[in-house]
Amino acid sequence: MIYIIASRELRNMFLSPLAWVILGVVQLIFGITFYPDVDSFMRQPHPAGLTAAVVSPLFGWVAILLLFVIPLLTMRLISEERRNKTLSLLLSAPLTMTEIVLGKFFGIVTYLLIMIAMLTLMPMSLLLGGTLDFGLMFMSAFGLILLLASFAAIGLFMSTLTQSPTLAAISTFGALFFLWILQLGSELADNGVLVYLSIVSHYLSFLEGVFNTADVAYYFLVIILFLVLSVRRLEGDRLGG
Amino acid sequence: MDMDNEILVDVKEVSRYYGQLAALESISFTMRKGEVLGFLGPNGAGKTTTMQVITGNLAPTAGAITIAGHDLLEDPRAAKGAIGYLPEQPPVYKELTVDEYLDYCAALNCIDRDKRTSARNASKEKCGLTEVGRRLIGNLSKGFQQRVGLAQAIIHMPPVVILDEPTVGLDPIQIREIRKLIRELGKDHSVILSTHILPEVQTICDRVQIINKGQLILSDTIDGLQKQLKSASITVAFLNMPHLDILNDIPGVNGVEEASPGYWRILFKPEQDPTDTLVKLSVENKWALRELRPGRVSLEEVFLQLTTSEHTETKTDKEIKTKKETKTEIAAGKDN
Repeated sequence: MIYIIASRELRNMFLSPLAWVILGVVQLIFGITFYPDVDSFMRQPHPAGLTAAVVSPLFGWVAILLLFVIPLLTMRLISEERRNKTLSLLLSAPLTMTEIVLGKFFGIVTYLLIMIAMLTLMPMSLLLGGTLDFGLMFMSAFGLILLLASFAAIGLFMSTLTQSPTLAAISTFGALFFLWILQLGSELADNGVLVYLSIVSHYLSFLEGVFNTADVAYYFLVIILFLVLSVRRLEGDRLGG
Repeated sequence: MDMDNEILVDVKEVSRYYGQLAALESISFTMRKGEVLGFLGPNGAGKTTTMQVITGNLAPTAGAITIAGHDLLEDPRAAKGAIGYLPEQPPVYKELTVDEYLDYCAALNCIDRDKRTSARNASKEKCGLTEVGRRLIGNLSKGFQQRVGLAQAIIHMPPVVILDEPTVGLDPIQIREIRKLIRELGKDHSVILSTHILPEVQTICDRVQIINKGQLILSDTIDGLQKQLKSASITVAFLNMPHLDILNDIPGVNGVEEASPGYWRILFKPEQDPTDTLVKLSVENKWALRELRPGRVSLEEVFLQLTTSEHTETKTDKEIKTKKETKTEIAAGKDN
């Protein structure tokens, strides 16, 4: 059941130009930021090696870029169904709310996996003239997957709150941005709690190639929290008045 | 024969509140296999809420609903599997083709992968969609989108089909086609249909329920209803119209009203038919009776009577009083 909704969601995304355009534009921006890094490395090789000097900063960049992009992808998940009154198709089918929410979530995560796979192809081209630290690259990609999945869960929840996709996009962006800049605030106030709460601080260790269970747990907690909130919100629609 | 009388929908004392506002107040009814049940009521009476509660789109505040033997609250999966629902606005994805959409609906309703194509083709054929399978739903006319919605509701061959105002927004030809389709559906499925169009109920349904302000105020078969309506009045025309008081004094007569210019409707108690007395009096007093026929009160009149007169009177006195008060206040304000 989850698979059915997820695959429909994924195919629906590719029916609209939005998904294609986002893939294309992200790839283009990624390429533009990729080239100068490679160029400067060619002139003056970095002691940390090719992967640490070129690939990791790239993944850092892409996370910032996708902070702006994810809200556009998640905004229509539930809100558009609500506005077009197609949600009742799912609500009156023999499905549970959890299945509906998980289906939507995995649909968008699959899209993000495609995007990450395409982004990882670009550093792979360096193999033509050099060697890569696959362990570090894999960790960066793994961290990015977790980061984006938690973005998506937050976006999904925002999308359950409203009928208007635009509103969902803006609130998602606000929430993500807030979670992101918590880290800046912590630098000023020297507060460990803020660092811990910040969604980006946990990503940085992945970029250094460190697999920290605490960081993985953080992302899983965020994902589960917002998925549960989404389910509760949809149940609340049915019950409340 | 026992199977034919199986109760498919059993709604018991269902209420639904939106905060303080009661959208439904302890509604109870049952529906048997093979029935077409018409739900009639003015806009905002609670028709859509009832349908949403039965289909599990809304949870009832109180009460129990059983669909084909499965409790909707305790075993929602089985109960929902036995229902096909077409909401007021068909829940179609405009960017999909008819085939893609119906395949998705079939999958959502747990139809096995290898049976999906045949299920899709069967429901397409029933709804007259065979020609448009590969077209985008968004490019189809409103009537065809409505058919796609219907096809979606019956794709898993549910015993109960629930249709919320299925003919709204269609042109007269499309309305006729959809009605024909619903009558066809009534052969294999039990159908609950909501509408505020009265002739629709008269032409399609076996049984009618009138709902107003969240309460069920009438439940009868169409035949029974029409028989009852017919027997309780006659329409007459006289060349020399007698004084109304004379007619009113005939034993059994409840009231006399003008049906149309020159035609008078005489309402009477069903057990005391005054027709013979009336004819006799007419001959004796030379009223020159020109026409006499059983007065078919239309469903529309019953509907209006039930949903307007009685129930506006039950409005709390307080409300009326406050209205009067505000009026006098305004008047007083003008005087100043």
